[in-house]
Amino acid sequence: MTSIEYIIDHSPALIIAIPLLGAFLTPLVSRLGSRIRNVFVIIVAMLTAFLVFLLASDVFSDGIRTYIFGSQDLTTPVVRILFEVDGISIFMAIISVLLSLLAAIYSWSFMKKYDGLDKYYTLLLLMTAGMLGMELTGDMFNFFVFLEITSISSCALIAFWTHKGEAVEAGFKYIVVSAVGALFVLFAVALLYGQYNALNIATLANTIQYSFLDKIAFVLLITALGMKAGLVPMHMWLPDSYSQAPSSVTLILVGATQASLYGVFRMCFTLYGGVFADGILSSMTVGWFIVVLALVTILIGVTMAIIQTDFKRLIAYAAVAELGYMFLGIGVGLTAMGTSYGKTALDGGVFHILNDALDVGLLFLVAGSIYYATKERDLDRMGGLARNMRYTSMFFIIGLLAVAGMPPMNGFASKLLIYESTYQLSPILSIIAILSSILLLAVFVKVFHSVFMGPELPRFRDVQEVPRSMLLAMGIIALIIIVIGLIPGIVVENIVQPAANSLVNHLDYISHVISIGGV
Amino acid sequence: MIFNIPFIAVAALIIIGLYAVIFRKNLIKTVIGITIIESGVNLFLITLGYREGGVPPIYTNLPEDVSIPRGMVLPVPQALTLTSIVIGVAVLALMLSLVIHIYRVYGTLDVRRIRRLRE
Repeated sequence: MTSIEYIIDHSPALIIAIPLLGAFLTPLVSRLGSRIRNVFVIIVAMLTAFLVFLLASDVFSDGIRTYIFGSQDLTTPVVRILFEVDGISIFMAIISVLLSLLAAIYSWSFMKKYDGLDKYYTLLLLMTAGMLGMELTGDMFNFFVFLEITSISSCALIAFWTHKGEAVEAGFKYIVVSAVGALFVLFAVALLYGQYNALNIATLANTIQYSFLDKIAFVLLITALGMKAGLVPMHMWLPDSYSQAPSSVTLILVGATQASLYGVFRMCFTLYGGVFADGILSSMTVGWFIVVLALVTILIGVTMAIIQTDFKRLIAYAAVAELGYMFLGIGVGLTAMGTSYGKTALDGGVFHILNDALDVGLLFLVAGSIYYATKERDLDRMGGLARNMRYTSMFFIIGLLAVAGMPPMNGFASKLLIYESTYQLSPILSIIAILSSILLLAVFVKVFHSVFMGPELPRFRDVQEVPRSMLLAMGIIALIIIVIGLIPGIVVENIVQPAANSLVNHLDYISHVISIGGV
Repeated sequence: MIFNIPFIAVAALIIIGLYAVIFRKNLIKTVIGITIIESGVNLFLITLGYREGGVPPIYTNLPEDVSIPRGMVLPVPQALTLTSIVIGVAVLALMLSLVIHIYRVYGTLDVRRIRRLRE
């Protein structure tokens, strides 16, 4: 066995262990100086990213990989936790690790002037570990633990600027929502454990009967995770926390929201996948329910975005609308399960997760840069910034085109897949989706005009372009956006389709665990 | 019927906690509500872990007729409850520290007077 195979073998554990260890080493390392600490955090994030990509190449070529913590043999009482990595988990892990690496790079200059940064970086890495754990684990209770790790650290990061009342308020709102949501998840886990005496997702999915208690557990899981993913009507915390958190934190927060979204997928498609496949619960019912909620999410997100004057709050509502598109793709995929356009919708929905993280993330970083340069967040008080901030305005154009789904950006590729498939289900749905997209474009063109265009304001005459680390982070995202926009076919074939297939083929997920003894 | 009492208590605790979270105007009472929900869920887990006629899995203290591992209770729910209690303490501490910060900035704990974040 070569050393690279050895690393791949243990990478599911290392991907969690490295950021976790790095998080608690950060306060020690920061005694050596701020520059060394920043380099250390970026190296830890890069190492994690490297392992994730290594594992991804393995999973995409050889299929599902499991990792056993605890007893390897089945003779004694089996006390163990399984990590199970399939297409969709590694797809989400790529997104999370990319976002946290970029956030670490962006923070270098963005957070420079503030103190308490050793705690900031500790929480940042802890949040990374939490998100990755949620995505890689194959165990219900473990999922709950990582969910709580993610919520606690992200709440502390949202309220990082404690001198601002709004930030603390948003943090409190977030922790209330996530604490109640996580307790519901735990309650559902207990319901399932009490009936089937198992905590492993695959083992549970293999034996699930869809009894009355399972229905309750299903509703609790989907509502709690949907609430954490910001699905309307449970989105009220999202604009608050997205807009009040520091921009670098918002970037990872997008990833944390999507980790909860992954939870919804895992529960719908794997845990209750057999229930849908056997027709005990019609996938039409749940599918249409999600489609309607998704349309409401899109409409509310877009219409609320129009009336905002706070830059980051506006983007946050646009992010709500984007979430709607993902749910639309998934909902249509569920409604038309088994047909070819249902598969296309699922591909589009999964693809849009990646694109949304990049597009909305880029816009948040631009908003953060504007705040860094001008200390201003009110759109009505800005103007003429394109003169002094050339690169930032360029990145904003890329981001706005991508969010609005204009070719040749990546948002276009995934939205086209969603429109196409939705049209075959019902033309009205896709018309609403397209119109909302156009509205989104209008909103952002307005923003672009009021922030970057117009006469030079005397207050902003001395505004400087933001430092290099922030430009680098934005530049990397912009580059990925354009590359994906130019070669969407390759991305869909190599990354998105395996992820979407692993959602559909829940039997593979189950049989892999049964083959190593279950539990 | 008598064995259902813990489950009734679980339902009552969760509903009382939810009521406090949703309808109470004081932030401290919201926090208390969340801890009540948490106690309800923990009680539920512990109740599930009870097996009639089971023997606690303490290897040095086993009765004569029990062989390992047969007859012993697998202490998974207890382990889950311990973990969940620890997590609950962390969440509680974080929430209370946020409440302290809110009180410093706003000078009140009434949610109706704290809501600066509107539309």
